[in-house]
Amino acid sequence: MSADTLPVTGTSGFSRWANNHRKWLFASPAMAFVAVLIIFPVAWTLYLSLTDAEGSVRAEKEFVGGRNYLDVLSDTARFWPAVWRTVQFTGVVLIVEVVLGMAIALLLWRPFRGEKWVRVAILMPLVATPVAVGMMFRLIFDPNIGLANQVIGWFGIPAQPWLAGETSALWTTMLIDIWQWTPMVVLILLAGLTSLSDEPQEAALIDGASGWQRFRFITLPLLMPTVLVAVLLRGIDALKTFDILYATKGKGGGSYHEVETLNVYAYGLSFDYNEYGTSSTVLIIFFLLIIGSMWVLTSRRKADY
Amino acid sequence: MRSGTAYKAFRVGALVLVVVGLLMPLIWMVAASLKTNVDIYDTSKALLFSPTSENYAKVLDQANYVTFILNSLWVAFASTVLSLLLGVPAAYSMSRFAMKRSALVVLMARVIPGVSLLVPWFYVFSNLKLVGGFTVLILSHMFVGLPLVVYIMMGYFDGMPLELEESAQVDGLTPIGAFRRITLPLSTPGIATAGILAFIFSWNNFMFALVLSGADTKTLPVAIFNFVGYAAIDWGGLMAAATVVTVPIMLIALFAQKYVVSGLTAGATKG
Repeated sequence: MSADTLPVTGTSGFSRWANNHRKWLFASPAMAFVAVLIIFPVAWTLYLSLTDAEGSVRAEKEFVGGRNYLDVLSDTARFWPAVWRTVQFTGVVLIVEVVLGMAIALLLWRPFRGEKWVRVAILMPLVATPVAVGMMFRLIFDPNIGLANQVIGWFGIPAQPWLAGETSALWTTMLIDIWQWTPMVVLILLAGLTSLSDEPQEAALIDGASGWQRFRFITLPLLMPTVLVAVLLRGIDALKTFDILYATKGKGGGSYHEVETLNVYAYGLSFDYNEYGTSSTVLIIFFLLIIGSMWVLTSRRKADY
Repeated sequence: MRSGTAYKAFRVGALVLVVVGLLMPLIWMVAASLKTNVDIYDTSKALLFSPTSENYAKVLDQANYVTFILNSLWVAFASTVLSLLLGVPAAYSMSRFAMKRSALVVLMARVIPGVSLLVPWFYVFSNLKLVGGFTVLILSHMFVGLPLVVYIMMGYFDGMPLELEESAQVDGLTPIGAFRRITLPLSTPGIATAGILAFIFSWNNFMFALVLSGADTKTLPVAIFNFVGYAAIDWGGLMAAATVVTVPIMLIALFAQKYVVSGLTAGATKG
């Protein structure tokens, strides 16, 4: 850092000033953007959650204290089911994506012929536009003309309602999320696997450890920090899933709100019903849920390592 | 290692299954986009059909998709360039001066649900009569791009040796000069990675444009909904529209695979 902290002398006034203050000169435009477009809105959401704002954005609003929070937290018709769906969706896709992602990453770990093409295939779902993916699976899961019912028909499984069913809709959206985002877990875990050194593996091999033992007692513990990164990144995004839910089931998560998660619920409250106060309350609770789960994950990580 | 023939056969089989599972839905989408609606309803013509371009003609001519493609391109391009302009120097400062807390604030943007920003933005921007214009769309997409650029570039600058800049300064360059003439040119791969990812994420973004775009400024992910009616869905048109959105991004991923992968996995192995 020595050269970085030396004051600059001998050039023109402005250049000297710019060089000596470059730390803030470089950082402040981005920081200002973040302050105006992110911190201010979050503070504003917190304020709105304490008011009865609704209707037009120019309408008068009154401060109502914690009343919205009491209303929302005692709402067993829309709010709590949405919380449960969010937790269910995130829990299921996280577990499946990490287990499946780990299996695929291990398959790809050692070099093989055609590796390049498999990697391209893995990248495709990941970059595909989520809304288009939702539309694509609407056709695939169509009960009458969809590919899904044809494929399970080959195995003698009766046709399913998929997205059209009141209980099967949420599970079907989970399948879509798993299709699109398992590759993300694969890429992260592969990056972790390739950075591992070979020596512990070789030592265990000489000691006669089986394939499963080498995975369970050597690869997995060494890879654990990377697994947690994958869980953290995927978990945040899974909690906030919106695009595929909206693309497959439309407003309000379908006519029976069958895929209405917290994010979809908050969106509907704001932009379908214009209930900004209630919506902001839901968002603040949602935000606390996200921060809370991140905190649990990262503190576990510190305790373990 | 595990090199028995049984394991080899299992591995090949499993890999084929993975590739088919990942690509089949996409192939299905493209195939349906080349079928007439009559053929889509005929399950016996799943893969054997006579291709037609009528869906694409419909998408490009009648549905006015050329405008939406240009909108998407402009919003993604402008928000990416602005994110890079703000993000790269900021990431440099945050990396070199270890501004941990400032970096954390920028990265929080990845955690905050987009809806909680949309409500206040909608409030403020509709009072400024800006909703429906490109300015708001580009600003909102920077919310996605900027944290990504800062995150990727901080990792890149962290891994770059300080000695290069120090020797440039010994040779008479000012610190900003050393940044401009030494560090920046050496960071081209990092900047390419960050730029490509910011572009992809802006192109794919749906929620901000859903609320903030107007009839003339719709981006492609929002425009797809034109093919979903209340009564019936025009499957052929819908799949052609979905293909038009997805294929450009998949081509980018194909040709810039190395950058896309390194951007997506940035920071994954730091633990």
